[in-house]
Amino acid sequence: MSGHTDSVVAAPIVVACLILLSSPLQVIAEARVEKWIGVASRGKELYRRYCIGCHGARGDGSGENAPYLDPKPRDFTAGVFKCRSTDTGHIPSDLDLYQTIGRGLHASAMPSWFPLTRQERIDLVAYVKTFSQRFREEKPEPVVPIPPEPPDTQESIHRGQEVYKKMECAKCHGVGGHGDGPSASTLTDSKDRPIAVYDFTTGERFKCGQSNQDLYRIFMTGLDGTPMPSYLQDLKPDQAWDLVHYLRTLQANWEQAGTKTIAPGP
Amino acid sequence: MLYRKPGASVLAAAIEVILIWLFFAPVIQTPAIPAFARKYALPCSACHEAWPKLNNFGQTFKDNGYQLGNDRDAPIYQQPTYWPVTFRITPQWHREATNRIAVDHIPGNAMSGMTEAQLVTSGFDLSGLDLWTAGTLAKNISFLVLPSADATGAFHFEAAWIRFDNLLGSRWLNLKFGKHELDTPVSEKRFLALTANGGFFQLYHFTPTSDINSFGGIGNNQLGIELMGHSRNSYTRYAVSLLSSNNGEVGLPTNRSYDVYCNVNQAFELSRLGLQRVGVYGYRGESPTFFLTAGGTPIPGAGQGNRPFYRAGAYGVWYIGKLDFSTVYMHGVDNVFLGTGTPAIQPLMLPPGANSPAWNGAFTEIHYTYSPKVILVGRYEAIRMSRQAFPLGMPLPNGALLTHTFGNTDAVVVGYRWYPFMSSRAGLAWHNEYAHVRTRGTAPLSGLDLVTSSFLVGFDIDF
Repeated sequence: MSGHTDSVVAAPIVVACLILLSSPLQVIAEARVEKWIGVASRGKELYRRYCIGCHGARGDGSGENAPYLDPKPRDFTAGVFKCRSTDTGHIPSDLDLYQTIGRGLHASAMPSWFPLTRQERIDLVAYVKTFSQRFREEKPEPVVPIPPEPPDTQESIHRGQEVYKKMECAKCHGVGGHGDGPSASTLTDSKDRPIAVYDFTTGERFKCGQSNQDLYRIFMTGLDGTPMPSYLQDLKPDQAWDLVHYLRTLQANWEQAGTKTIAPGP
Repeated sequence: MLYRKPGASVLAAAIEVILIWLFFAPVIQTPAIPAFARKYALPCSACHEAWPKLNNFGQTFKDNGYQLGNDRDAPIYQQPTYWPVTFRITPQWHREATNRIAVDHIPGNAMSGMTEAQLVTSGFDLSGLDLWTAGTLAKNISFLVLPSADATGAFHFEAAWIRFDNLLGSRWLNLKFGKHELDTPVSEKRFLALTANGGFFQLYHFTPTSDINSFGGIGNNQLGIELMGHSRNSYTRYAVSLLSSNNGEVGLPTNRSYDVYCNVNQAFELSRLGLQRVGVYGYRGESPTFFLTAGGTPIPGAGQGNRPFYRAGAYGVWYIGKLDFSTVYMHGVDNVFLGTGTPAIQPLMLPPGANSPAWNGAFTEIHYTYSPKVILVGRYEAIRMSRQAFPLGMPLPNGALLTHTFGNTDAVVVGYRWYPFMSSRAGLAWHNEYAHVRTRGTAPLSGLDLVTSSFLVGFDIDF
């Protein structure tokens, strides 16, 4: 009888423990983007097909191709991601990871996986999240708001130029935005590997997107894992938009795109 | 009777499948290009469901002109030592069987009369060699050159083209110039069968018996230009080709006319089932019915009396998780002069009751992708003549009477491929396949069904 009583008492405890244990796993085994739900078990198969060569079986960025790549593949186990809509130091949202997979990372070996189905990309997000404990323990918030873009005027561009000077962006990116600032050659990422500074003059795309909103988000959230900090606490939204408008003028195709040229300053 | 019952040959082949399980066979080469894997540091499985069969990521890469679009496509970003070359060859053991061929009744004695016999041959062998080079010459200028050898080492150019990608900054405008694979419903160059009987789609190459159409089928690479376009993820695609009517053969051997091919298709995602694709396609061409001659010998390029033909159909590629079905339908018609082998300048020579031969055909190919390393393949093809060129009941050369089923074809292929490793440097596959083809009423002497089969085991090497 005693044994029977013990088992009656133990059973709910075991069940409760299983529920408690499984809950975070359950949460982390999924990813949600709008109405779509990604499942890590499916994502694992896709990861082995598409990602393992660079990011490695353990997600630590040590795949067979890693020694030959520059920049190095992301180490998912650290839970640190460049492209986020969340404030610096926070994990990215599912949507952030989903968009990164679909967009690829400009000027790296990471291609756009947009040809994969939406379900496949969300499944991959779910699996990538399983590599880091952070996704079990933290929530992807707060999200940095992006207010509507004000008109792109000469005044805005000039104000942005002042912001560029005031924030000392030229220390790394150089006066002309060529990525040749005095500190550029000394910069390293969070793993002490040399890192190249973005050269604004070489194209229209950035690591984390292409639109003005993407550019705004990049310097307001920072690129975690790199020396690029977040300016969320330093810039007001209007100043940030001014900076966006100025940075666009540094780009090679900016004039060709039919947009404005920068007029002489006041 | 010197030949065995068809059922017996199937049984024998099945037994051999078991006995020779651990041994090694194909004739037809299909592409997978590890040079791209090395260039982009991606495993074969990134672009291929199981190489050489493309997945949608690989299809998009191909549609982009072998570019990923990550600003590392142009050769200038590659190490100078990188050379985009790939070779592929398949050491193999294979068995080929034909149930009825015409042989001398007494070997060596041509006067002894003819009879039918089964011919079975088997042994260790080599496939041909594909020597690929492909990639980009510069951003948005891509190319492919494929010298291909048969098993004896005799080379020809299977493909050679240059492509100008994203014209006017639009992915809807890409212009290819040269000898290229048509944008067929299901690529015959990228499928998973290699044997002499299974290594091509019967449907893509079918021509009625006695037909003189010089067109070898939409499965053959053709010479001409292709305008194609696609959406960002290649869900929506189109391709239009203007081709010389020379069946892809160099030296303008036929005449000066042109053919047209087009294919339009659309893919859509069905939640967890995967990507589904439907499309329509058509080929309209002309073929000469006779040649100018010199001393009775046809003069190359002097084809005359062109008559038209066409192939058209619809298709779908359906995914249910790891299981996928390719389903293709085709309707084909050849002009009556082509179908009966009658020179167009001699219309009175057309047999009474002659018609333009017409047929309907379809196949379904099923794959089960257990993992990127293991894939199972099954295919069934059926081609049915809907109209014979000659009147039914007419005596055939073998003495039988022409029936409405004459030339009907059924083909079955089963096999699997195992990839021992999956890397971004090279590919190796263990290939095992059995193919069986039955053609109604075409045995050379008896007019019975002609049955051929192939069994193959081998190592498919791709570097």
